[in-house]
This record gives sequence, C-alpha cells and structure tokens, in this order.
Amino acid sequence: MESALEGSLAGYIWRHTRRQQIWVLCIVLLSMVPYFLALDLPKRIVNGPLQGHGFDTPEATQTFLHLSLSLPFLGTVEVFPGISLGRTPMLFALSFVFLALVVINGLFKYYINTYKGRLGERLLRRIRFDLVDRVLRFPPATFKRIKPAEIASMVKDEVEPLGGFTGDSFVSPLLLGGQALTALGFIFLQSVLIGSITAALVLVQATLIPRLRKRLLILGRQRQLTAREFAGRVGEIVEGVGTIHAYDTSNLERADIGRRLGIIFRIRYELYQWKFMVKFINSFLAQVTPFLFYSLGGYLTLRGQLDLGQLVAVIGAYKDLPGPMKDLIDWDQARQDVEVKFAQVVGAFTVNPMIRPEVQAVSTAAHPARLPPLAMTNLTLADDSGSVLLHPVNLRLNPAESVALVGKTAGGGEAFAEALGRQIWPSAGRISVGEDNLLDLPEAISGRAITYVAPEPFFLFGTIGDNLLYGLKHAPIGANRSAPADQVTRHWERIEAERAGTPDLDLDCDWTDYASAGVAGPQDLMARVIEVIETAELTEDLLTIALRNRYDLSAEGDLTRRVVQMRGTLVATLEQAGLSGLIIPFDPEAYNEAATVGENLLFGHAVDDRPPGGTVRDTAYFRALIAETGLQTALFDMGREIAANTVDLFGDLPPDHPFFQRLTFMAAEDIPRYDRILQRLQGRSADQATDEDRSDLIALSFHYVEPLHRFGLLTEPLRTRITAFRRRFREGLPAEIAAEIEFYDPARYMTTANLQANLLFGRIDPREATSHERIYEVLRDLLHREGLHDRILAIGLGYHIGTGGKRLTTVQRQKLGLARALMRRSSYFVFNRPLSALDQRHEAQIVQRVMDRLQRETPRPGILWVLSNAAQAGLFDRVILFERGTPVEDGPPATVADKSPLFKELMSA
Amino acid sequence: MLLNEEVQILRQVPLLAGASPAHLKLLAFTSDRLRYEAGATLFRQGEAGDVAYIILSGTADVLVTSPRGEIRVAQVSAPSLVGEISILCDVARTATVRAATPIEVLRVRKEEFLKLMQDFPDVALQVVRVLAGRLARTTAELTEARASQLPAQD
Repeated sequence: MESALEGSLAGYIWRHTRRQQIWVLCIVLLSMVPYFLALDLPKRIVNGPLQGHGFDTPEATQTFLHLSLSLPFLGTVEVFPGISLGRTPMLFALSFVFLALVVINGLFKYYINTYKGRLGERLLRRIRFDLVDRVLRFPPATFKRIKPAEIASMVKDEVEPLGGFTGDSFVSPLLLGGQALTALGFIFLQSVLIGSITAALVLVQATLIPRLRKRLLILGRQRQLTAREFAGRVGEIVEGVGTIHAYDTSNLERADIGRRLGIIFRIRYELYQWKFMVKFINSFLAQVTPFLFYSLGGYLTLRGQLDLGQLVAVIGAYKDLPGPMKDLIDWDQARQDVEVKFAQVVGAFTVNPMIRPEVQAVSTAAHPARLPPLAMTNLTLADDSGSVLLHPVNLRLNPAESVALVGKTAGGGEAFAEALGRQIWPSAGRISVGEDNLLDLPEAISGRAITYVAPEPFFLFGTIGDNLLYGLKHAPIGANRSAPADQVTRHWERIEAERAGTPDLDLDCDWTDYASAGVAGPQDLMARVIEVIETAELTEDLLTIALRNRYDLSAEGDLTRRVVQMRGTLVATLEQAGLSGLIIPFDPEAYNEAATVGENLLFGHAVDDRPPGGTVRDTAYFRALIAETGLQTALFDMGREIAANTVDLFGDLPPDHPFFQRLTFMAAEDIPRYDRILQRLQGRSADQATDEDRSDLIALSFHYVEPLHRFGLLTEPLRTRITAFRRRFREGLPAEIAAEIEFYDPARYMTTANLQANLLFGRIDPREATSHERIYEVLRDLLHREGLHDRILAIGLGYHIGTGGKRLTTVQRQKLGLARALMRRSSYFVFNRPLSALDQRHEAQIVQRVMDRLQRETPRPGILWVLSNAAQAGLFDRVILFERGTPVEDGPPATVADKSPLFKELMSA
Repeated sequence: MLLNEEVQILRQVPLLAGASPAHLKLLAFTSDRLRYEAGATLFRQGEAGDVAYIILSGTADVLVTSPRGEIRVAQVSAPSLVGEISILCDVARTATVRAATPIEVLRVRKEEFLKLMQDFPDVALQVVRVLAGRLARTTAELTEARASQLPAQD
C-alpha cells in the first residue's frame, strides 16, 4: 500500500479527508442558522410578550411561526401561515422555541465535535500505520543508524497532535476568518476611517504575532528533538543495563540523563517565556484598538464628523473581532507547529532506496517449489564504514547442492551468507535468481524459498511454539478462528480499516502455511514440530522446560489425571532401577529433608504466592497453634542459631559482596538488624523476647533446609514434632485459611506445583550430584511408554521465552533459531554459523542430523552452511574457502583439502 | 556432615592452608555439598569448566584421553582439590575426573573461589606457593625425562 507522506500536512489531510472536510463545513454552516436564531430570540421575548410590543390590547394576538421565503423570480412563498397566539401563550411558545433551539444547538455541537474527533483519529491511525509500514520497508543498513526507542516515540507520541489538528485544519480558518471579516466589514460600513484604523491594527497583529512566534516554533522543534533523543537514551539504558552494571558506569548515565533533562528544561522554560510574552503583546494590541475608538472616535464625534450611534455600533461590532482574530492566530500557530512536526517525522522516515511496496505484497499463493540457480555477479559487500567485507565475487549456487563455506572468522563467508539472506545489501554487483535480481523479487518468494538462519536469531515476545511457527506465517490464508460472537467486532474492524485507508489483514485467521511446513494441515503439525525439535536437539531442553515450570493445564483434558496415575508406576520403575533413594517423597508421616521447615509445617503450597492479607504463617490461627504445640520455643532457638551463624559468616562482608547471592534467607541489609536482635536477646529465652524479635527469628527458621545450609539444627525429635504439627494444623483449620493452601495429596494433581513435582510427588535429593540426570532418564522412558512424552513436550511449547528469548540460554536460543528454520520447506537453506555457541562435539552432531534430514527431503533443497568448525566440511558436496573477503578455493572437499594448507589447518583445529 | 566438620577437612587441603577457619566456613557455606556414586563422572576432559571440587571423602581417578583410550594418570583421595586449573586459568578441563569409590564433594564456583583469593591475600599467596611447587616438580620431572631420553637418541 503506497501512500505519499511527502509534502505538507495540509496536503496530506486534504488528500485523505477532502470529502469529510467539506461535509463538516456544510454542517457547521447549517448549524449557524439555529445558532443565530437562538441569539435573536431573547430580544424578541423581551420586546414582544414581556414589554408588550404588538400586544397593545389584552386581546391582541400575534402570529407565531409564520414562515415565508423570498425567492428571486417567484416572489414570496408562504411555507407556513403561522398560528395566532395571545400574550401569555406567546411567551411560553417563544420560551419553548428557545429551549428547542438550545437542544438543537447542543446536538449540532455534539455531532460536529465527534465528527471532527473521529476524522482526526482516523487520520492519526493512517499516519501511524504509514510510518510503521515504512519501517518495514527500510533497507537493512538504516537500522544500524536509528535507535528503536526514538522511532517508537515518533510513531507513538510525536504524531499524536496531528490527529487533534485534523478536524480543525480547514473548517476553523474558514469559519473564524469569515467571522472576523464580517465584523471588520461592518465597521467599515459605519466609518471608513475607523475601519481603516482597525484594519491596520489587525494587520499589525496578523504580521507581528506570527513573526514573534517563529522563535516559538524553533524552540518547539528543539523540544521535540531533545525529547526524542531522551527517549532514545532511556531505551538504550534499559537495553544496555548489563554493561552499565558490569563496568560501573551507572553514574555516567545519571550524569548524561541529568544534562539532557537540564537542556529540556531550559528549552521548555524559554518556551513559556516566549509564549506568555507573545500573549501579552497580542492582548495589548487587541485592547489598544478600543482605546483608539474611544479617543479618536470620540474626538470625531465631538467634532461632529461621526454620529454617536455609529460609534456605538462600531464598538459593538469590534466586540466580535478580537475573539475570532485570537483564535485564528492560535490556529495558525497550531498549524505551523504540526506542520513542523509532520515534516520532521516524515523526514526521519524517509530513506532511499526504500523497499518497494510490491515486494512485500500479501501473497496467498503457494511459493514456487523450486528456485533456479542463484548467481552472484561481481557481488561486493561493504560495511557502514566502507571497509570491504567481500571483494567482487562471481559464483553460482545450484539447486540441491550442499555447499560449506569455511574460513577464519570474518573471512567473508558470513557476509556472503548475510547477503543471500538479504540482511545486507550489495554495495555493488548483484545476486540473480534466474533472470531476476534477488532484491526485486517479491518477499513472498525470496522470504519463503530461501530460509536464512542468523548466528544470533531474533525472537518475538511470545512462547516457544509461537516462535517455532513464526517462519510459516506469511499471509492470512486459513479460516477465521474467532467465536461467532466476535464476528461483530471483526466486521467493525474491517469497516474501520477501510475508512482509515489501512489494509485489512485478519489477525484471527490461521496464518500458518501448512504446505510450507510440508504437512497437510493442523492435525499433522505437532508431529512435524517434534521431529524438528529432535533434529535441533532441543527435545531434552523442552522436556525440562515443560516439567520444571507451572502451566495452566485446565485445557489439557485428562493429562493431570494421567500424571497422578503415573506416580505409582514411576515409584515402581525407580525402585527397579535402584534409584528410589534419589527422591524424597511427600509423605504425610515423614519430614521432607529437601523441603524447608516452613513447607514441612504446612505440608502444602500457598495458592497465592503473595496473598494481599499476608501469608498463612502470619495468621493468628497458625501463630496460636505454634505457641500451643510448644514449637515456638524450638523454632525460636533455631532462628537464633541461624541468625548467629549467618552474622558470624557474613557480618564482616561489605553488603554488595557476591557471596550474598548465595544467602537465600536473608538480605545483606538484614544482617545488622539480626545482629542487634541477637545482642538484645543475649542470655534471654523465647518468653522474654519481644513479640517482634520472636516472630523475626521464627520467620528465619521457616527457610531452613538442613542439607543446603548444614548448620545441624534439626534433631530427630524436632522433625517428629514438625510432622505432628501438620495433623494438628489441618484438624482445626478455619475454612478461609484452608482455601489459601493446597495440601500435598497423593491422589490429586497440585496446581501450585510444576509437572516434575507432580510426577515424582517428591523432591529430587539435592545431595546427590547425578540424581537429576538419572531420574530424568527413567522419567523420559516412562513418559514415552505411557504415551505422554509428546503431550508434555507440547506443553513446553507454551513456555514464554521473554523479550528476545532472554529466558532461554544462548545455546537454547541458537537451537530454537535452527528449529524455526527447519520448520520450513525451502529451495535454499542458508545457515550462518547457527550453532557457534555450542561445543564442537555437540555442534558436529547437530550439523550431521540437519544435513541428513534436509537431504532426505524431496525435492532436495540447496544448502549453504557457514561452518564454525571446518571439520564437518566432509558432509558437503562442495567447499568454498574464504580468505580476507575472497573465495580462494572452490571444489569438492577432497580436492580443496589437497590444494589448500589453510583448509587442512582449519579442518584439524 | 555439617559445616563445622567440612571446615576441619578443608583445613587439610594444601591449597587452602592460608585461609582462616572463618574464611573456610564461608567457602563451605557458599558451596554445594554433593555425593557421587562410584563410577560417576565429575567432569570430562575438553569441557569448559567453571567449578572446582573439594573431595571430602572417598577417592577419585584422574584420567587423560590418549590415542589408546583413557589412561589413569593419578588417583586423588580426600581431602583434596580437583578442577582448580580450569577456574584459575580459564582453560578447558585438562583431564577427566571420575569417582573410584562413592565420594562426597563440595562444589565451589569460580566466582566465589576467585573472590576468596581476592579478599584474603593469604589464600592467594598459598595458591601461588602450591602451584609454584607443582611447576617445580613438573619441571624436574621433565628434565629427568629428557635426560633419560638423550642417551637413547644417541
């Protein structure tokens, strides 16, 4: 969709809202009729029924609502003869007419304002869309120069006033100008001299004020620029906060922000000064005119050159002049302001050459199964600074051919792959696909038939599943999946998009291109996903992610029931494997060594992690029970020991010492507080402590896990008493607290725990170094046998990976990037060091798997792989060796190995 | 075994002899206490490593991969430190360590070990002393090996 943003804002508005502007102008003119009638009516009420004009006798009547039109050639046409009314009925009749006019005026105003508002909002929607549309069409190099936050701030904030101005852009000047001219004309009619004086003053006002406001505009522009840069800097701080911490530069950032805010303040303050100065001059000029009327007009009247009636009429008419004049000047100010903003924003969004809109046209067509050979002719690549990444290269890549690019880092292979992936544009030469230039090819072909994998794949905010399928979503091809009730909304969306002139693409459609994934439909997709995940060696990661996190499983049918059923089988299997000792089960009668004292006391989980009314342990019921069972003293002593040990261990360390990260139950700031508590309590028992000290220490005891902290504070009798407490606690439990806790129950799925805890119904012993791997091995086998493995993997697909995939490790991100690419069927696959973060053994294994998989596909795709490890080059048909931006060898791996010592060296590295 | 007992063992590790009991207790507290069954691998040669292990009980084999398979080059028993080369020099594991008997270890993270050396120069000095001692021994062994090879070449 092409829409020219170039030119003035007024032009843009006129082009897109011409018809609506004329319509609203007509409505405004029409609204003048009841408006002036309403102004006229009070006079008639006063003169007529109240003062009695025309009602000279009590029986006298007047015609009401007599309506006739004087038309040229036809003479007077009587529309309505009117009705005769007496004085009192006339009063009421006129009053009701007045009321009716008030309502009509109000309705007109309401209609006009909403209409103008809607007009503005639609145009704003259009401008914003056009801007983002341009971002999507910027050439890749542009993104190295711009800051994301600045672009976002322009699209979001800076264009906002443009919408507000749209409704007034044409109607206001016409209307206000008309009013002012009428008033001026009337003054001229009364006296040419006074009219000329008034006109001269208006002229001064109209020329001087805009000149003064020039400075205001400059300041406004500066304000906009500095604010935008400020937004860019804040965005940069957020993105780079890791580096800021690492190099202790937070204060440099503070200084920079302080400086910027200072500059913004100065500009804004100067703006205020000018604004009110202009206002002062403006109102002075407006007030000086009446002074001239009184002095000069009065003088003329005294001299007899002007009669008093005329002077009064002039003063009366002048009353109507400053209002519209001021509004007109204000409008002009607003106009210049938004014009400047518009020009600036459009300037920032104008890049040459922009990707042509046709290249990105929506295409629901199936992509061509096979692209012809790719030919590079004099392909030259350079970076921003102009240094050459790739010297002119002439190469040909054939369909179904597998090519390994090897060389030292930055040898040219990476840049070559990036150019094929359209991540950088050639500085000279071209890449041809048959007859066409790769860059002129619609993205519907180049973006589907060529799959590019970057070394640092980018992920969108969403789940693993969303990101895996991202490469399949080219066009809304499936049926709309929303509920029938939402169809009304959908209809509205379509109409509104049309009115705002933005394309209507249904987001609720199934965008997944199943053919492109090589499957028949949604029912086969999961099998494909599992296969791809396996190829990218992501299965284990995904299973762990599925088991270790909590998901809403309410839509998973019988899964939770099956998980509970599996508990018994799992125990038996682990016993058989001799591993049952590695799990510490949730046994109501036994203390769980791997859980905290607090968890052991409750034998359950809080339903809400941070309940608004405080935790269960803060309730009076719990506290009373702790005191009653005598556990209070035991836990108090325990807390005291923990505090003493911790103060002893950490007391001398500075609060920002990294060791504090290992201290889970206390913050560095708490150390002095506990130190004071310990000193206060020296030689005292639990009963002698204050309530606050006591609960502070007891709270500490809740976090204690013996195998983790190893202070030796749990005796066997104490363990028994804690287990006994559980029963007491549940026996008399008030209903409102019961609702807050989910107890461990061997027969039920725990929604507050993850799948792992639910399957094992216990904790993995933290003391055993290899317990985790061994248990997961058994668990994996069992899940396979039970047919739950893939279902649980599917749950893992619902894991949210955070912004840019930050909740995954670098290795996982690279594997996911690879898997996302393998979901697609393409003519060519371009892998640009996709597994650089992995160790060599692991990388070799995945390269092998991916090659096996892709070469089994029919038709076989062309593969271009920039290897980080040349040892795998033997898997490919052809090897191209790059050295300092030039391909130095090209041929089958064996031949290249014979000829090139560098390749041999790289192979053995 | 509790913190205090761990400290008793740590005091016998030569590399840590420079640390006071309080420092050792802190090191023990910030480390993970783990058990390995016999035959379990602590780490493999060639892997990147960011932890060291202090063997508190039991014996472990130190193995090196050679063209003829794995060769046992040493056996270490409690109390001793293994895997410290990787965290001190940022190199991949130079050998594989596997439990010969069930063993108990403290797993020490790189950052914490380095921080301990930074904070307590006595520890750092002791580390230098022990490593220099090893280097001297290795050099002596190498000289001897060369010397014994010389007549063979003649």
